[in-house]
Amino acid sequence: MIVNEQVAVDHGLKKDEYAKICELLKRTPNITELGIFSAMWNEHCSYKSSRLHLKKLPTKGKKVIQGPGENAGVIDIEDNDAIVFKIESHNHPSFIEPYQGAATGVGGIMRDVFTMGARPIANLNSIHFGSPQNKKTKNLLRGVVHGIGGYGNCMGVPTIAGQTSFDSSYNGNILVNAMTLGLVKKDKIFYSKAAGLNKPVIYVGSKTGRDGIHGASMASASFDEKIEEKKPTVQVGDPFTEKLLLEACLELMAGDSIIAIQDMGAAGLTSSSIEMASKGNLGIEINLNKVPCRETKMTPYEIMLSESQERMLIVLENGKEEQAKKIFDKWNLDFAVIGKTTKSKKIELYFDEEKVADIPVNTLVENSPMYDRKWKKAKLPKKNKIKKEDIKHLKIIDVLKKILANPNVCSKEWIWQQYDHTVMGDTIQKPGGDAGVVRVHGTNKAVAASVDSSAVYCWAHPLTGGKQVVCESFRNLISVGAKPIAITNCLNFGSPENEENMGEFVECVRGIGEASDYLSFPVVSGNVSFYNQTKDQGIKPTPAIGGVGLIKDYKNMITMEFKEVDNLVLVIGKTEGHIDQSLFARNILDEKNGPPPEVNLFNEKNNGETLLKLIDNNLIKSAHDVSLGGIITAVSKMCIKGKKGINIKKPKYLINEIEYFFAEDQGRYIIEINKKDFKIVADILHKNAVHFDELGTINENELYINDKTKVIIDELSTSNKNWFTNYMSK
Amino acid sequence: MKSSVITFPGSNCDRDMDVALKKFGFKNKMVWHADAELPKSDLVVLPGGFSYGDYLRCGSMASKSKIMQSVINFANSGGMVMGICNGFQILVETGLVPGVLLRNKYLEFICKNVFVKINDKKNKYFKNVDNEVLEFHIAHNEGNYFCTNDQLKEIEDNNQIAINYCDENGKIEDQFNPNGSLKNIAGIFNKEKNVLGMMPHPERMIDTSLSGEDGSLFFKNLINNLK
Repeated sequence: MIVNEQVAVDHGLKKDEYAKICELLKRTPNITELGIFSAMWNEHCSYKSSRLHLKKLPTKGKKVIQGPGENAGVIDIEDNDAIVFKIESHNHPSFIEPYQGAATGVGGIMRDVFTMGARPIANLNSIHFGSPQNKKTKNLLRGVVHGIGGYGNCMGVPTIAGQTSFDSSYNGNILVNAMTLGLVKKDKIFYSKAAGLNKPVIYVGSKTGRDGIHGASMASASFDEKIEEKKPTVQVGDPFTEKLLLEACLELMAGDSIIAIQDMGAAGLTSSSIEMASKGNLGIEINLNKVPCRETKMTPYEIMLSESQERMLIVLENGKEEQAKKIFDKWNLDFAVIGKTTKSKKIELYFDEEKVADIPVNTLVENSPMYDRKWKKAKLPKKNKIKKEDIKHLKIIDVLKKILANPNVCSKEWIWQQYDHTVMGDTIQKPGGDAGVVRVHGTNKAVAASVDSSAVYCWAHPLTGGKQVVCESFRNLISVGAKPIAITNCLNFGSPENEENMGEFVECVRGIGEASDYLSFPVVSGNVSFYNQTKDQGIKPTPAIGGVGLIKDYKNMITMEFKEVDNLVLVIGKTEGHIDQSLFARNILDEKNGPPPEVNLFNEKNNGETLLKLIDNNLIKSAHDVSLGGIITAVSKMCIKGKKGINIKKPKYLINEIEYFFAEDQGRYIIEINKKDFKIVADILHKNAVHFDELGTINENELYINDKTKVIIDELSTSNKNWFTNYMSK
Repeated sequence: MKSSVITFPGSNCDRDMDVALKKFGFKNKMVWHADAELPKSDLVVLPGGFSYGDYLRCGSMASKSKIMQSVINFANSGGMVMGICNGFQILVETGLVPGVLLRNKYLEFICKNVFVKINDKKNKYFKNVDNEVLEFHIAHNEGNYFCTNDQLKEIEDNNQIAINYCDENGKIEDQFNPNGSLKNIAGIFNKEKNVLGMMPHPERMIDTSLSGEDGSLFFKNLINNLK
């Protein structure tokens, strides 16, 4: 096939990018080379629109062993233990084929983690769908949940937490973000940097087929009416093979024969080989005839661009081939020496004894395009004044029931019961709490993880929204008694070529940076997903933050359910009555404008750290952060989970009841304490200048508000639990 | 007491079972599926997982694996063999216990705590368990027990039902049946009651920090019965 500008454009490259390729090569690329360039230079692999901004994120910290740039981030959890973790998107494939799209998303992220030598110990996910009324939503949701479960359950890795939301902006573009945590010994971490000349380059895992060719390019394009035609570009997952690959790799890693290892994810053999060569400042030579293929007559172009799953590339020490092969034979996996490292600093590919590609590595990596895209700054919207007559007729209990049954608040048990969340025997906090918690096997330590996003806040004001998501992650970890250590982010946005969408990206990233810097909660890994749009309509900006924290003694873990009748309940943090962009404003008042709640980083940090102090002093019986739906929603959930009630009274603030109970001010937690501890708790809070309200006392089974209205907790529980099951069974 | 846990390539509860058995005093060995010989054992466990991927009927390939011939011989000579979840599916495929396991009634994977009522205590698995009802944990996609009417009659005549899904008070009703199993069957014996297949995972219930502690009760009792 003759390569020209049109062919390049058909590969998703811009005309000037094609011109730059010709200039760098000093000739016209052949079709294989063009395919390689298009795969490496697309948005998904090159981060060409985002790099400039991502550089500004804080990525260092005392506990950070590896920040962004590797397969995943790594943090220190003491005693020579480390946690490897990352979140990644698989949005586009999941919309086209929800089961396989979601499944391979989970498979891909687990591979990123065990590539570094870590055994995966927990999975999480953040999934976002269109309006429940949209006719595609139900099938997409079912497919995605089955796909996530199908892969994770088979791998035997518990899915311990997640987040699901519905918003019409995802009608044509659902989001599927998968996160994995792995455990590794600090001195046994593996990296992707090749080193040494003439070292064998080994291919292991599944055979290469024609599936997923140009998957990464698809992920870098917007959707249109013809999207269904892209089905063949969705990869097909085989979790059983991945399980074998995991065990085989860990077995090989126990020895000392691996120099570098890299999984074949987006852009398959192309990106993995180039990544290893680039990091090692080396060349790699590959004989494509040696690549194990599933189908006949595959061309070099197809072999290089296939995104078949469950494959790895390894640079081995010389002479270790036989020993390594034995391990892969034991696990019934393909093992082939397909090439070697060279000093050429080029990717050189051979097929049928002919050289089919010859590209300097730096042209693909360092010289890849980087854009400073135009972006528009978002103004902080004006506050709305809530009119008294709008809320006068509202009954708190009715509103509360509506909110508890809102698709974004209701219980997601229907989803997480389909995920094996207890395999590995270390899950000590299951889904449905503030964060999932797993013990570090055989120790007293436990790791907490949570995944959060607040698209509505980010949409209303990206800078504030970006900060808020990081704070929410921080709060969720603290609520279970964990000290927050670091985050991974999955940045889901519309088109970077649209100034407004780009502005949302730039400012959300700035917000994330500011908050993570202030809270000493650095970003150690992540992924950007642009072009989440159908035609010209972008999704609401949805940065998802995966936070990880450490509990030194798992017996001190906190859960959210109310524990004991007569215990006192306090609200930590001040309630100012911010209603704009709250669930109450959007769903009850139908008011979609206004600013999101303000984020005060000092209060976030101070309130959170003070709560950790209370937890360390064994003063806290239960805790839960206040988020969607405000104080009364948070308290109701604690009642429902604990099968207890509460008598609550609004403190004598100037704000009215509705504002007090439904406002979504930030930096707040609900805590349960023993009455006899009140003085000492109040002292600690005062000493640290933390505002708190005395909210009420736990009772048997009623929510009793201001001595006048009440409701049985079972009724609230029904509202909260039924929506999902009813929706899915209709 | 010596136990052996068989590891198939896709087993994923093998470590959990190893931890549980050791915690309650077994000397446990892990046995690879491609081995031919079983070590000397007082108990052989087929753990949960996805044996060979289970893309074919669950457990069907595993039932033909090399080690299984030894396990079948061991069971036929009266040896104690327990299959949990995927292990139960494998046992059904070998014919060591009667019936089949279909996909769950609502076609969804289920992971949650359930209650089971012990139907028969005249066997080494449940003898001397004080409780009538245990809280166990299930995590499966194909646990919907089914058999023919003739088989069912035989099973009932021989008292081969081990445990049934029920509520916390031991009431066995349709609404407490998580997966559509015939007669709420959660576990079943062979005729001689040395082979037990069950869907629930007692190994996930051995610690108050986990889903509960009724698994501890089960294992403590089991090792005592074997002594």
